[in-house]
Amino acid sequence: MKEKMVLYFPSTTTEQPFIYYLIKDFNLLINIMKANINPRKEGRMVVEISGEQADFAAGLEFIQARGVKVFPLEQEIVWLEERCTHCGACTVICPVDALELDRETMKINFSGEKCVVCEHCIKTCPARAMEARY
Amino acid sequence: MVRKTVEEINAKIKAGKAVVVTAEELIPMVREQGSEETAQNVDVITTGTFGPMCSSGAFINLGHPVPRMRMTKVQLNGVEAYAGVAAVDAYLGATQIPETDPANKNFPGEFNYGGGHVLEDLVAGKEVLLEATSYGTDCYPRKKLEKMIRLEDLPQAFLFNPRNAYQNYNVAVNLSDQTLYTYMGILKPNMGNANFSTAGQLSPLFNDPYYRTIGPGTKIFLGGGVGFVSWHGTQHNPGAPRDENGIPASPAGTLAVIGDLKQMSPRWLRGISYLGYGVSLMVGLGIPIPVLDEDVVKFAAVSDDEIFAPVVDYSESYPQGLGQVLEKVSYAALRSGEITVNGKVVPTAPLSSYYGARQIAAALKEWIRKGEFLLTAPAFNIPCTGGNPDYGNLGFQSGS
Repeated sequence: MKEKMVLYFPSTTTEQPFIYYLIKDFNLLINIMKANINPRKEGRMVVEISGEQADFAAGLEFIQARGVKVFPLEQEIVWLEERCTHCGACTVICPVDALELDRETMKINFSGEKCVVCEHCIKTCPARAMEARY
Repeated sequence: MVRKTVEEINAKIKAGKAVVVTAEELIPMVREQGSEETAQNVDVITTGTFGPMCSSGAFINLGHPVPRMRMTKVQLNGVEAYAGVAAVDAYLGATQIPETDPANKNFPGEFNYGGGHVLEDLVAGKEVLLEATSYGTDCYPRKKLEKMIRLEDLPQAFLFNPRNAYQNYNVAVNLSDQTLYTYMGILKPNMGNANFSTAGQLSPLFNDPYYRTIGPGTKIFLGGGVGFVSWHGTQHNPGAPRDENGIPASPAGTLAVIGDLKQMSPRWLRGISYLGYGVSLMVGLGIPIPVLDEDVVKFAAVSDDEIFAPVVDYSESYPQGLGQVLEKVSYAALRSGEITVNGKVVPTAPLSSYYGARQIAAALKEWIRKGEFLLTAPAFNIPCTGGNPDYGNLGFQSGS
């Protein structure tokens, strides 16, 4: 199975290498899409985790038992097509090709499926046609 | 031999008989039929471009309040417009940011609103806050004014852009190991991307490279309305080296253009923000080219694989004015999504909308086909390769 989620690390947990344990001990594939630690030392990470169902459940149970909170990824990036000028500035900034220029029509295509909510496009877009919604 | 005059072409337009094609549609026609036959069959070629054009702005007459006022400082939605002209006139520049904007103090600055956005709001019919102050005079006693204005209520407002439609432009890359925030967009370190900004084969001045039909007085599509070329633009540099198609190898000709803001649309005048750089305006501009003879067709048939742009490093060469060119790449390669620079494959991104350029060329074609838009010949020719302006009938001796 494969799922995108938000991991919240309280300040007491940020010193521990949880991602390492998830990979090594639970055989999970982890794609970190966004990570930051705030001044209060709390961490927040947007990840896509994939692996066998049993490993997945056990891995999440392991980190939750040690204080990490797991939230569903409810944030999404919306493409405001009417604001988009179809210039293409976003296409080299998007790390996962969720924003692509169709070379025939020369129009932008946005794929919510591919999007990993890194938010790089929001401030890259000169016309401000990308928005984060919660 | 094909010879047509603008008057003859206009007669055909009025009769609904003119054959109009876009500069993109022209390319396969010339490949199949040759330039002579195409020149016989086609009367007008339309071009278009929709890209960031920083050197843009509008002269606005704000109307006299009662009592009268000689406005010395004017702000529209917090963005200053230059008021060092007559009492209630001001010039709002596209790149002006509000005084309250933190700019790059918190680097890279976001620049969410500025002159370009005020222009977009005005043409969108939105209310804009006017704040004006004055020192007061006997004839203009009022010292302060605050009111909401709309474009339709203003006596006059016209876009007057000192430098648009650049004939060729740099492709920007970053050779350093840190991200750069530039007017050419975000440039990732170690040539992570290459950004370019032109409509290539659809761009007006690539299709009339020696400015034969484009000059002061040429009627154009500007911001969704009708405008005119008013002069050659600032930094106009027609002396740049050219190839046999007349295509300059580096940024060359530019145009100053003018048009009634009240006719324009927010679709073709868009305020934009460049992270860490500032604000600007995306301008939609389209120019018709009358097919006077076969030469006009030959030049306008240029295609993206024949147009080359210089790749320039924006970490060192551009800011330091070193003028080094890393590579010359074709617009066909740029538009394909990747180019090779110094042996490295680099993904490309346009800042100018080719899709928009296509729509503008098509819209202008439609206006002409319907007989709504007649062509005008330039009053005189703008400076061309190594030459001085030809002021024609005006009778001045240029330069010398």
